[in-house]
Amino acid sequence: MIAMPCVSPDGKPTTSGMTLLKSLKDAVLSPNEIASRTDQPLFRVRSGLRELMNAGFVEEVEGKFRLSKNGETVLQ
Amino acid sequence: MVEMTVEEEVRLPVLGQKAPDFEAVTTQGTLRLSDFEGTWLVLFSHPADFTPVCTTEFIAFSEIYDDLKKRNVELLGLSVDSVSSHIAWIRNVEEKMGVKIPFPIIADLNKEVAKKFGMIHPGQSKTETVRCVFVIDPEAKIRAMLYYPLSTGRNMKEILRLIDALQTTDKHNVATPANWSPGDPVVVPPPTTTEQAEERLKQGYECKDWYLCMKKL
Repeated sequence: MIAMPCVSPDGKPTTSGMTLLKSLKDAVLSPNEIASRTDQPLFRVRSGLRELMNAGFVEEVEGKFRLSKNGETVLQ
Repeated sequence: MVEMTVEEEVRLPVLGQKAPDFEAVTTQGTLRLSDFEGTWLVLFSHPADFTPVCTTEFIAFSEIYDDLKKRNVELLGLSVDSVSSHIAWIRNVEEKMGVKIPFPIIADLNKEVAKKFGMIHPGQSKTETVRCVFVIDPEAKIRAMLYYPLSTGRNMKEILRLIDALQTTDKHNVATPANWSPGDPVVVPPPTTTEQAEERLKQGYECKDWYLCMKKL
């Protein structure tokens, strides 16, 4: 069983996942910046970004993260 | 035919070395040790969910959670139970004892992490982890280790004191004497040459002799 707090088994972002995605609206941020904006522990942000990236909602660019097309769609 | 019994070797981590990395299923998702880099981490194991001493410890760890956060320390628990067992147990602790467990707990069913950190001591139990505490610094180095037997719950004040001592040592390049608490005098590192030893007594520290000098921070 793989526990994924940011992406639910049906492939949609959970509440925690949406919090991270919303922080990336119109922004390209590092995990530290996201942790600071969302008041989440850094380890949760790092693991959450990994899940969101594997599910295709965010993309990594040189250590920073931005919404993918899917991520933008889910926020609309 | 001779039947041989081979005791499985318990491999212990070493102070000052990088903690072995892992990826593990937890109650807060799949976490890697590297997810904690940049913060201090207290990785601790308990023998089993739904057991009395462990329950008192989890409540006690939750009570110092805010104190740890103020020190830039995260908590990460571990036992060889399943994530469903962990979830059921922490829900029970919240329902029956009114304490929310705020930190993640590793479900180490295959004992992969437990073996890397030498958490299973067959003299205590062949199937459960003993009560270990690993203090890991922001660069993922193991800075302190505690191993308690199954029968003895850990002392949260000592864990906080240990972290305070390590962080004070790092910040001020000093050592801490027996029974030190924050605010107490600290030990000035001893001289390493005869010249330094002669000068030490003239440097204004509180000295019993050249090798035992204290100062207030």
